[in-house]
Amino acid sequence: MVAPAFDYVAAGGYDEAVRLLASGGDDAKILAGGQSLMPMLNLRLARPELLIDINPADKRPPSVAGGVLRLPALTRHRVLLEHDLVRKHCPLFADAVRHVGNVRVRNRGTIGGSLAHADPTSEIGSCALALGASVVARGPGGERVIPAEELFAGYWTTALDVAEVITDVLIPVARPRQGWSFHEMVRRTSDFAIVAVAAVVELDESATAVVSARVALAGVADRVTLADAGLIGAGLVGGVGDEDVDAAAGRIAGRLEPPDDVHASAAYRRRLVRVLTARALREAVARAAAAGAGA
Amino acid sequence: MNKIQLALTVNGRDHEVWAQPSATLLDVLHDELGLADVRYGCGEGLCGTCTVLLDGEPVNGCLTLAVQAVGCQVTTMRGLLGPDDALHPLQECFLRRGASQCGFCTPGMVLTSLDLVRRHREQGRERPSREEIRYALVGNLCRCTGYTKILDAVEEYADQAARQ
Repeated sequence: MVAPAFDYVAAGGYDEAVRLLASGGDDAKILAGGQSLMPMLNLRLARPELLIDINPADKRPPSVAGGVLRLPALTRHRVLLEHDLVRKHCPLFADAVRHVGNVRVRNRGTIGGSLAHADPTSEIGSCALALGASVVARGPGGERVIPAEELFAGYWTTALDVAEVITDVLIPVARPRQGWSFHEMVRRTSDFAIVAVAAVVELDESATAVVSARVALAGVADRVTLADAGLIGAGLVGGVGDEDVDAAAGRIAGRLEPPDDVHASAAYRRRLVRVLTARALREAVARAAAAGAGA
Repeated sequence: MNKIQLALTVNGRDHEVWAQPSATLLDVLHDELGLADVRYGCGEGLCGTCTVLLDGEPVNGCLTLAVQAVGCQVTTMRGLLGPDDALHPLQECFLRRGASQCGFCTPGMVLTSLDLVRRHREQGRERPSREEIRYALVGNLCRCTGYTKILDAVEEYADQAARQ
């Protein structure tokens, strides 16, 4: 199929993009990497009148200041994979992005575009949740910071106002005694995840008890979701044995009402959550212990 | 929508074309410039038949707008040919190994593999393993060969390139 005709304008900066978006309203869309939007146009799932290309708006590289890794919205997936600052301060992203699309998609696709697209099976979205990331959104009234927990509002829907553009993604840098893990199940490499699990765990100074654990899930609801901290923490604080981990994973899976569709049944998805969450928590705890021992 | 004039550099040559702002790079290369080695497959970025190099990096021609390629170097497989249309060494490997049957996927396979081998060399790494080649080509579908001969061809080329 071929996309319906639309008009195109290149925005030289984010303020210009916001102005164009404010005047275009629902008929205008921001074009970032285009690896999700363009297929939707080609399949005629979306038919905007105007595309506002923000690619010329920003050339900043990733940077670190004050314990925060700042990823400009136009950071390509390939940069997440290869950039030294991302690999050092946010190894979860560098690992999980291997599962995103194919080499062409990773060359063009952007972190801001992926988050704004809000696919419920998103690797990047689930990692943002697990890491406690937030996005900087610029609108006609100025900037505001939206935590990832509040960004995803449903299937392909975010809390962004109609004239708001994501300009940056902010991620707390990895701390000592923090471990991470990412696991997903796909029928074929590069497919959309049936279920994906991103886990970030922090241990106490003795490296025997969990101080905090965040588990984010993709493919289990109309949006990427963060598992209730109580479900994980209650069993893990004071012990990180196999039984504790399995129990926590079981509690998380038991609470879910995942979709039942052509790709997988709800029961299979629930089982995947239990297995992959246990695997991810174990790996994250082991990495946290190793990181603590090395620090 | 009114057509706009675009100045594109494709395979080292400058072109001026009139195209709709919504025209993809694939539309313009295939339909306006007659480059039959850039092909419509899926329109979703999954199959790899429209692969072109944009400033040296593989991208989906079907998901990139032609206007976004203004000011960039666009390379299609034809751009790899030497004087008198001499085949690129990687194309020779494809021929020798029987890695091209109907040929529809070949340009995408060749450009993607070439980028992989070049990247490994530039980063001072060993030539890509068979598994790394499989991973890099996951977004290039072939319905004829069963992939085995394509992997053989890319491995042979990677060995050649490593010796140079």
